Amino acid sequence: MKASAMSKRKLKESSGVNGECISQVQKILRERFCHHYAPEKLFGMDHQYRHLLELLKRTTVHGESNSALVIGPRGSGKTALLNWVLKELRKMKQVRENLLEVHLNGLLQTNDKVALKEITRQLQLENVIGDKVFGSFAENLAFLLEALRKGDRTSSCPVLFILDEFDLFVHHKNQTLLYNLFDISQSAQTPVTVIGLTCRQDILELLEKRVKSRFSHRQIYLTNSFDFKQYIRIFKEQLSLPAEFPDESFAQRWNNNVQRLPEDKTVQDTLQNLFHYTKDLRSLHLLLMLAVSNVTVHHPLITASDLQEASRQHRMDSRANIVHGLSVLEICLIIAMKHLNDVYEGEPFNFQMVYNEFQKFIQRKAHSMYNFEKPVVMKAFEHLLQLELVKPIERPSVRAQREYLLMNLLLDNNQIMDALQAYPNCPTDVKQWAASSLSWL
Amino acid sequence: MNTRQQNKITYSWYGKPMSSDRKLRTSQYKGILITSERSRTETCIQLGNFVLVEGENADQPFVAQLLGLYEDGAQQKHAVVQWFSHITEIPQNKRKLLKREISPQEVFFDQVPGYDTDIAVETIIKSIMVIPLRLGEELPVMLNKEQTFYVKQSWDGKCFKALSPDTFSKLKEARKKEGGIPNSSNSRIPSDIISPLKKETENVVRSTTKPKNVELEIESKHSASKSSLAKERHSQRVANDVKTPTARKKLQLNSPIRSPKGRLLGSEVLELLDDLCDAVAPLEPSATKRRVKFTGILGSPPKIPCANDKSKSVLDTAEDWQRFKDTIQLSPHSKVSDSSEKAKNLNMKDDTISLIGYQKRCSQSPVLSPCSRRICVQKTNTRIAEQVSILNALELNQEEDFLSSSDSSYSSNSEEEKDDVLCTPEKKTKSSRILSTPKSSRKSSVHTPAKTPKKTPLPGTPKTPRNATPEIPRRSHAAQKPASILEEARLRLHVSAIPESLPCREEEFQDIYNFVESKLIDGTGGCMYISGVPGTGKTATVHEVISCLQQAAENDDLPSFQFVEINGMKLTDPHQAYVQILELLTGQKVTATHAAVLLAKLFNTPGPKRKTTVLVVDELDLLWTRKQNVMYNLFDWPTQKHSKLIILAIANTMDLPERIMMNRVASRLGLTRMSFQPYTYKQLQQIISSRLNGMKAFEEDAIQLVSRKVAALSGDARRCLDVCRRATEICEFASQKRTPEIVRMAHITEAIDEMFSSPYINAIRNASLHEQIFLKAILAEFRRAGVEEATVQQVYHQHIALCRIEGMQSPTISEIMAICSRLGACRLLLVESSNKYLHMQVRLNISQDDVMYALKDE
Repeated sequence: MKASAMSKRKLKESSGVNGECISQVQKILRERFCHHYAPEKLFGMDHQYRHLLELLKRTTVHGESNSALVIGPRGSGKTALLNWVLKELRKMKQVRENLLEVHLNGLLQTNDKVALKEITRQLQLENVIGDKVFGSFAENLAFLLEALRKGDRTSSCPVLFILDEFDLFVHHKNQTLLYNLFDISQSAQTPVTVIGLTCRQDILELLEKRVKSRFSHRQIYLTNSFDFKQYIRIFKEQLSLPAEFPDESFAQRWNNNVQRLPEDKTVQDTLQNLFHYTKDLRSLHLLLMLAVSNVTVHHPLITASDLQEASRQHRMDSRANIVHGLSVLEICLIIAMKHLNDVYEGEPFNFQMVYNEFQKFIQRKAHSMYNFEKPVVMKAFEHLLQLELVKPIERPSVRAQREYLLMNLLLDNNQIMDALQAYPNCPTDVKQWAASSLSWL
Repeated sequence: MNTRQQNKITYSWYGKPMSSDRKLRTSQYKGILITSERSRTETCIQLGNFVLVEGENADQPFVAQLLGLYEDGAQQKHAVVQWFSHITEIPQNKRKLLKREISPQEVFFDQVPGYDTDIAVETIIKSIMVIPLRLGEELPVMLNKEQTFYVKQSWDGKCFKALSPDTFSKLKEARKKEGGIPNSSNSRIPSDIISPLKKETENVVRSTTKPKNVELEIESKHSASKSSLAKERHSQRVANDVKTPTARKKLQLNSPIRSPKGRLLGSEVLELLDDLCDAVAPLEPSATKRRVKFTGILGSPPKIPCANDKSKSVLDTAEDWQRFKDTIQLSPHSKVSDSSEKAKNLNMKDDTISLIGYQKRCSQSPVLSPCSRRICVQKTNTRIAEQVSILNALELNQEEDFLSSSDSSYSSNSEEEKDDVLCTPEKKTKSSRILSTPKSSRKSSVHTPAKTPKKTPLPGTPKTPRNATPEIPRRSHAAQKPASILEEARLRLHVSAIPESLPCREEEFQDIYNFVESKLIDGTGGCMYISGVPGTGKTATVHEVISCLQQAAENDDLPSFQFVEINGMKLTDPHQAYVQILELLTGQKVTATHAAVLLAKLFNTPGPKRKTTVLVVDELDLLWTRKQNVMYNLFDWPTQKHSKLIILAIANTMDLPERIMMNRVASRLGLTRMSFQPYTYKQLQQIISSRLNGMKAFEEDAIQLVSRKVAALSGDARRCLDVCRRATEICEFASQKRTPEIVRMAHITEAIDEMFSSPYINAIRNASLHEQIFLKAILAEFRRAGVEEATVQQVYHQHIALCRIEGMQSPTISEIMAICSRLGACRLLLVESSNKYLHMQVRLNISQDDVMYALKDE
């Protein structure tokens, strides 16, 4: 009550806020949420940060070869951690001039041949080759190995290999690239450090035994191990405006508002739900993005209801949404399928069965429903098929008649009932029929 | 091919046996006649003569002096020789002992023990001259011909010595004798037996020496000519036939072969060529006589421009021969590489080759008769003019080679200007330029014996250059020296740090050493199969054996050998093994199929003076192909009589031969096996201690703990060292503020936990609440259904039920699907592709107990 009153007062005060300010806010926050660029500080990964930083420092300063894997679920900040570490490293003069970086991504370098070319390119070794086309795969490999073999610990520039989506490199033939990279990291050649980023916890089991033996078994695990209090802190930090915001008084007001927001029960509930659902910070960003989009000149500060609305949108079930847009006939067909599923315990059905079920309903009960022709019903059924609410078990062949193709319903009973609740102007007998297949008796 | 096969070289004894040994059933001879059937030429080589002997590498024939000739009981002709070493045969590191520039024509009196001085007569290529010189003496500049070598010093494998007066005089004697032979043999045997070649070469030498050195800037690099000769022999071998290396002979031989291919030239040219061929053959006997006359003229100082020109033409011939040889021997090679070469390439080559033949003819013809020469020149020059335009296109591509060959063209150019007669200098220049082109075209297009590995890559070849020297840039700041004791320990514990010796592998070391050593001493070949799980020191031990053997060979305790290593994992394809072996052995870069042929030839044919090769094949199992021909060949070569190949094959599995090899491969691999057992904890302890070498960085107990832990897990030494390294980091980290301390048990435990603990438990504990409930729901569903698989829909119902119990808001299907895919991405769950939506099957990737254990503590 107090909070809403306060916000109302604020609203009055701030009605004079200029549009420039608002667009500035949106720009800053959207950049923050979309680009995922490393914030000033990472949460709950100090230990991992120091480990990785020390590792890379030793590579560059002492020329020590190493290998490590950064493992963590999606959105846990693997890339952010690495970028942050690299940013720190580059601040050191000695490191900046001494480090060659090679960035590979398993989604881009889909086989070793492509990867080798990319490595050669990023190491700028193609200057040696001149302006000539790259040779065969075998020549490239020999060339690169030769190049790396020539160096030694004390005199060569260390090379940092960063393999994003490391698990995809594992599927390359013979794991040649990984073997060679790890082998170099375990022998007295050019100092290299291989950092792999992956979200798979079972990554070590995927490595071939001799590749595994050459890997140093340094694993840096990132887990979103923060609790709800920290989550709230993150929420505040993500939404706060930086000190260098042009309009200081507005920034002050905005930040005060953000600091006070989590005190609201609804905000807390919303955040709690999201936190229980996932600890991934990206979904928090998504939620905040929706909330921030509501900010206008007349509504310059985020309120609890904004967040609630955003949360509602965020949690929306996609299939149930589709059902909202269906016609009454299509809803009836879905209800018929639901009953068939109940009766036959999820066994597949065909159009004819659905049609019969629908006919039973029409004949016994329906006063408000028009008895549609079979082709019309068929058309409605096919629309459901296109929406993938219904899916054929096997591919439709030319020979099989469409009426008798076996189908599965891709909706759960709960979804159907929820959708019906929200469906506008649904005839009551249809609702009754949906609730119980026996209601017409 | 057929035409070539008809040509044979027969080796027959010259004269009656001087003496014979009844017991050994050998008879000694004083000379040998080398007869080429096709050309009807014979060469007589007598004891004491110097000869070129076919080497293992076509580029490098050996120089030797003939000391004895005999026929053994099996009718095999043998020769006993005194070897001379060319500079290229002397190890790189010893070359600097000489402290002076070595001319490519200089050879060393070879006193290296261990070379087989008994060779088969068939490997003799031809006779040459070797002139002994005093150490200080300059090489006589004028004798810049392929036939002549100089010897100043002797080489005994360790150091160079001046020739002892005894050997010097002996060599001098031999040389005199050789010089005398043609004349004396003239009197002894009918003139038709005297080799025309011999005379010719002598004439050439004389003509070059006498009409002053002015003309001798003609560039004919010794090495090139020498190698060309040998290559020719080499190519003969490949084509399975033999012939005397006379230029004319080759002309006759090759032009018919080539003519069907030289269609691009136009038929008239071909006709002309053939005509000329015919014309040459009958003229031959008289030609020799005439040439004798010419030499007489040449003997006098050149006054008449005509004579001068003629002498020059003789010179030309000589020079052209070399060139011609250079170009000519390409034929068998191109045959071999036909399959790989593009037709276009072939045509190009043929063009140039036949043109050379042509060109040669016109320069040679004056030797035959001055008038024929004119006609020829007139005729051919017009043709050449036509061809020049075609070749110009080639020239454009090979500009770089022009640079290298330009000096030769230049010299002939200046020559022309000097005695500018009969022939227009401009034309000649052009022709000589053209002459040089084929040389280059051969080098670029034919992959066979790459002669000079230092050659810069040719432009226009769309490949990774052979000799680009890739290098990672140097670092701009020097690497820091380890500052603390822990850093020092970490450095020593890195796997890459090479220890002084490998502890705990003494027995294996000895076994491998003995095996290789015995084979080396016997000069035979053999295989050994070494197996063991990763990280048990297989490769390290083998490398140590090799370096010990190399040390021993350097100290002359063992015959020297060549060491080659390939790694199955560093090859993109099993067949690349051939390419790498050949490249490491000879420096040639060829295609896989061609490399296989060359290697088979190398190992299957006897080569005198060839060193034993030790080949290490790491990660053998990756050389597996469906037909297993790579493995078969590898293990077949050592069984060949002359191969002198020792193979050490390394792989992980003990039963690899039985499991994946066909019987015929496994049988060739033989039964010499060795397996490396995983290290025991005591051994691991010893390894760490020996690496630390008395440094107080670790507690004794800590070392024991890590050894025992790793020995129990895998026995992998790499793991052990990695754990120790990590422990030093943890220790350093913990003691940052306080005084530096040593690694204790706690640090080791932490490192081991970090490396070996299962990540799943931790991952589950840090998952969000709904993710945990989802896992619980899966367990509940499994328990309900009794099957370890469920659809998302079923799990969803369980999930909702659990949420109701907990009094939580139940998630929507979309959320459930997202949770499911997140867990699937971490591989806590195994899920199908998501297009089945609710009917997607879900399984756990870890045991149910683990999940329960992880969730219980909450």
